[in-house]
Amino acid sequence: MDRRIGVYICHCGSNIAGIVDCEQVAEFASSLDSVVIARHYKYMCSDPGQDLIKNDIKTQGINRVVVASCSPRMHEPTFRHACQEAGLNQYLFEMANIREHCSWVHEDREMATEKAKALVSAAVRRVYYHEALETKSAAVNPNVLVVGGGVAGIQAALEIADSGHQVYLVEKAPSIGGHMAMFDKTFPTLDCAACILTPKMTSVGRHPYIQLMAYSEVEEVSGYIGNFKVKIRQKARYIDTEKCTGCGRCIELCPTKVLNEYDAGLGERKAVYIPFPYAVPNKAVIDPVNCRHLAGLTEGKDVCRLCQKGIEKKGVPGCEADAIDFEQQDELVEIEVGNIIVATGFKQFDPSVMYQYGYGRYENVLTGLEFERMSNASGPTDGEIVLKDGRKPESIAILHCIGSRDENYHRYCSRVCCMYSLKYSHLLREKVPEATVYQLYIDMRCAGSGYEEFYERLQEEGVNFVRGRAGEISNIAEKPEEEGKLIVICEDTLIRLKRRLPVDMVILSCALEPCADTEQVARTFSLNQKTDGFFLEKHPKLDPVATMTDGVFIAGCCQSPKDIPDSVAQASAAAARVLSLISKGSVEIEAATAVVDEERCAGCKVCLGLCPYNAISFDEEKKVSSINETLCKGCGACVSACPSGAIIGRHFTDEQITSEIEGVLV
Amino acid sequence: MKDYTYFPGCSSSDGGAKAYGWSAQAVSKILEMNLVELDDWNCCGSTPYSSVEELASFCLSARNLALAEKTGLDLVTPCSSCYVILNRTNAYLKQYPQLKAKVKEALAAGGLAYNGSVRVRHLLDVLANDIGYDSIAEKVRKNLGGLKVAPYYGCQVVRPRYGFDHPEFPQSLDKLVASLGAEPVDFPLKARCCGGSLIISEEDLALELVRGLLDSARKEKAQCLITVCPLCQTNLDVYQARVNRRFGTDYRLPILFFTQLMGVAFGLSEESLGLETNIVPVREVVAKYY
Amino acid sequence: MEIKKQNDTFMDEIRAMPGGENINLCIQCGTCTASCPNAGVMDHTPSQLIAMARAGMKNEVLSSNAMWHCLSCYLCTVRCPRGIKQTELMHALECLAVRNGLSHGRTLTPAMYRSFNDFVYSLGSLPEFGFMTWFHLLTNPLRALKMIPMALSLLKHKRLSIRARRLTPDGTNQLRAILDKAEAMGDGL
Repeated sequence: MDRRIGVYICHCGSNIAGIVDCEQVAEFASSLDSVVIARHYKYMCSDPGQDLIKNDIKTQGINRVVVASCSPRMHEPTFRHACQEAGLNQYLFEMANIREHCSWVHEDREMATEKAKALVSAAVRRVYYHEALETKSAAVNPNVLVVGGGVAGIQAALEIADSGHQVYLVEKAPSIGGHMAMFDKTFPTLDCAACILTPKMTSVGRHPYIQLMAYSEVEEVSGYIGNFKVKIRQKARYIDTEKCTGCGRCIELCPTKVLNEYDAGLGERKAVYIPFPYAVPNKAVIDPVNCRHLAGLTEGKDVCRLCQKGIEKKGVPGCEADAIDFEQQDELVEIEVGNIIVATGFKQFDPSVMYQYGYGRYENVLTGLEFERMSNASGPTDGEIVLKDGRKPESIAILHCIGSRDENYHRYCSRVCCMYSLKYSHLLREKVPEATVYQLYIDMRCAGSGYEEFYERLQEEGVNFVRGRAGEISNIAEKPEEEGKLIVICEDTLIRLKRRLPVDMVILSCALEPCADTEQVARTFSLNQKTDGFFLEKHPKLDPVATMTDGVFIAGCCQSPKDIPDSVAQASAAAARVLSLISKGSVEIEAATAVVDEERCAGCKVCLGLCPYNAISFDEEKKVSSINETLCKGCGACVSACPSGAIIGRHFTDEQITSEIEGVLV
Repeated sequence: MKDYTYFPGCSSSDGGAKAYGWSAQAVSKILEMNLVELDDWNCCGSTPYSSVEELASFCLSARNLALAEKTGLDLVTPCSSCYVILNRTNAYLKQYPQLKAKVKEALAAGGLAYNGSVRVRHLLDVLANDIGYDSIAEKVRKNLGGLKVAPYYGCQVVRPRYGFDHPEFPQSLDKLVASLGAEPVDFPLKARCCGGSLIISEEDLALELVRGLLDSARKEKAQCLITVCPLCQTNLDVYQARVNRRFGTDYRLPILFFTQLMGVAFGLSEESLGLETNIVPVREVVAKYY
Repeated sequence: MEIKKQNDTFMDEIRAMPGGENINLCIQCGTCTASCPNAGVMDHTPSQLIAMARAGMKNEVLSSNAMWHCLSCYLCTVRCPRGIKQTELMHALECLAVRNGLSHGRTLTPAMYRSFNDFVYSLGSLPEFGFMTWFHLLTNPLRALKMIPMALSLLKHKRLSIRARRLTPDGTNQLRAILDKAEAMGDGL
């Protein structure tokens, strides 16, 4: 068919025209083969700019379009749309990037213009061979999977469930609530964390559209946006949750005590436990690592059935609901969902690697989470601030930036530590008013709503702010008043003095880091990690909750450290994205995928293992490979690897690519 | 038999720490290590050169490294200062091409060239990692029977990070002490400064630091203290009397080079280990092993 | 790592020396000072020196006694959250101070270092006894007298070497040729 190519050179204001002579490039373009129209214009992406293209298609019979402007990542959809609206198939369009690849990276006007000409020539030669392609659409399963039951996961689940769609909420721990459930008061309003979270947790627990799968983990995810198949392992609680009433009898009877992870290791729990009083679901769980009976069973011994049978000799009954079941097995469940929101949260930096701060060596050096539990009324000390020996501390120092802003550990700032340090100061001023409180900071980062005002409040409350990062904690006294104390050694940089601050207790404001299993989770959900280890978002400014894997979203601290308001906002954002997809009902599948020419396929199976998206399967009957168009991302690995040349990459055919190369070289 | 090129440094060869050199050689022989002294080596320049004439400081080290490169072996030194200075030169020649070019020109004026292939090791590193604690334990003839020893690393053997042990909480010397049958004492200041060369020009300041170390060792009930650096040993041993005079204290803590302690455990003679050169008498502590 | 020279400012001089190139990254957290055993006797704390250097206060920085009290214990360097090699910076400032004729009068350390270097230059090795004697006589003869008991103690314990190790004549010449060439080239990158 007669090719009639229209070329449009964009000035992009002065972004391109400042370096590239657009008029000259347009003139050059008009001299190329099959080019019938070549124009240059200030802003091609604007409405009048697009109208130029549309008019030419309608009135001049243009059947191939080249726009030389910015990166396709910016406006390829814009121009493709314009073509489609004018009645020209959107794939008969090609963009030449003469901005990011040319005017923005060169200073020599003459050479940049020559380069722009080469890029345009390449695009013109390529577009000659473009074929019309049709996108396909796939239906979106309205069910949604939310992974992680912290405040972000809870928020996302509720938002979606409230709209009447089914949500599966999977949480690794026996109860939802995440880190927020461990906190005491929250900044800057000093709301009690549990008080504001438990209503949401109970909503989740009884929501008709939320299937809560606590004490469960996602094992495998396959499929594509709108159509995911997910395998979930529901770990054995050894308790029949249908029967368990959460009465706590078994907990009283259990003889085994271990450190309680929900008290940040400060308190103890039994081998059978309910994580905290307001747990959802409020069901017991037996810890198989520490339960003597379960351990004994592996050796064939019947060690202890106190929780189940009670103390028979004394007539003390065991579980009256008969809910204990030592034979229980993990259950594997498979669900189908259309979208997934990953909200797996963070973990606290372990400061024992920073030898100079004495965590783990000295008593009375605590991490932030440990202090939260100490201060929390439902914690191991009933909310009393006490030293290891039971005394009340007379002086406390809070150290900022432990593991954050540090080339040796994490370069990033964890964002919330300045605020929670201020919160700790406030709690200390409230609970031990006679004590001296020091806060050692480098900067005071109080950027949220009401945050700076909170800082002012703490200044009024009489906290001693010392601008200096602690160098070390020493226990070697140099003066009598330092005996028996922990001495914080720092430089008070505002007065340029090295200071020794003798205190009874030190609280380390530790960094927020990615969870320990982040790499594994990333693989399961096809997510990428940034250099700091957190999950990679699609675009840091314009698309913070989407990922490069369509249909999988991230929210909360698993994307980067943030406070509760931001986690909730991101969760709502992810929920909104999901709901918009559900509402649309279908997704458009990009047409630039690979296809196997069955006649040419020799059945060698080389392509099968290459596909990063598991899109290729082998048809045993026909003995040829077959590509699932919806899974295929058009990466081209199989296309280049096929020894028989049987796989064609739509919109990236050999002809198209070689002509493009010729265009640049000639 | 393991071969190494040996760089004793000025103090351990002809200086006040010659007993360190003697005991290092004696102990190495037992452990089947061949420490071949680098021919015609020059002083590393230590802190004085690196503080006053930077380029010259790198050149001093570069000459030693160029000479050592010819042997093709690792360069081992018992002195922490030599260790840091030589490693610093090695690292900087790789990092700063302009510096490398200048040093190259200077070396050429002396008819030498250095290609950056020498690995500089501290004697403690070699003993802990190449020889291994098990091999050391095997050669023990006189088990030290729970002798409480404060293992003192000082600064420059572990900082800045040239890799072989933790910069603030090292363990290699503690483990070595344990392999001799002695008890390494938990000594919180084990990787803190002894005052270094400032004991010469700012004696009072340095003596404060020495005093802190002695005090800490005493608090932990150490019966003796071992060092891995000739200057540390000098500051703690030779100047111990001056600490006592200045602060009115009565420290009498024997300070041994770690190789001297190893030699005692290996059953070597007091003479061969130079035990009479230690100012604070070590007799009381080692008598029972002889 | 290439150091680009912009203008001839004090910061450029510092950044041209190994260890000084990234002092722009300092966040003035004070960890270096907190870790420094001698910070209490310095005119200016280690972090203060960086702040002053960034403010272009060349004379004040180079006349400070601070860097001359650096023990090279490297605690600051391993703890700095921005990876600044503070100890190397101190050495660089010492060299710059000497180059600009501003090495501090109130401490004997510069004199001690220069004495040390002179001996190493002539012999290739450091003669401890000769150096100590010469240095004390030069700077404080009275103090030299106080050192006599120590010298006697060392002699008694066979720890005093009056004779000095020297390099061979060839070695000495070779070393001198190298050091002379270095001096001719001048410091800085």
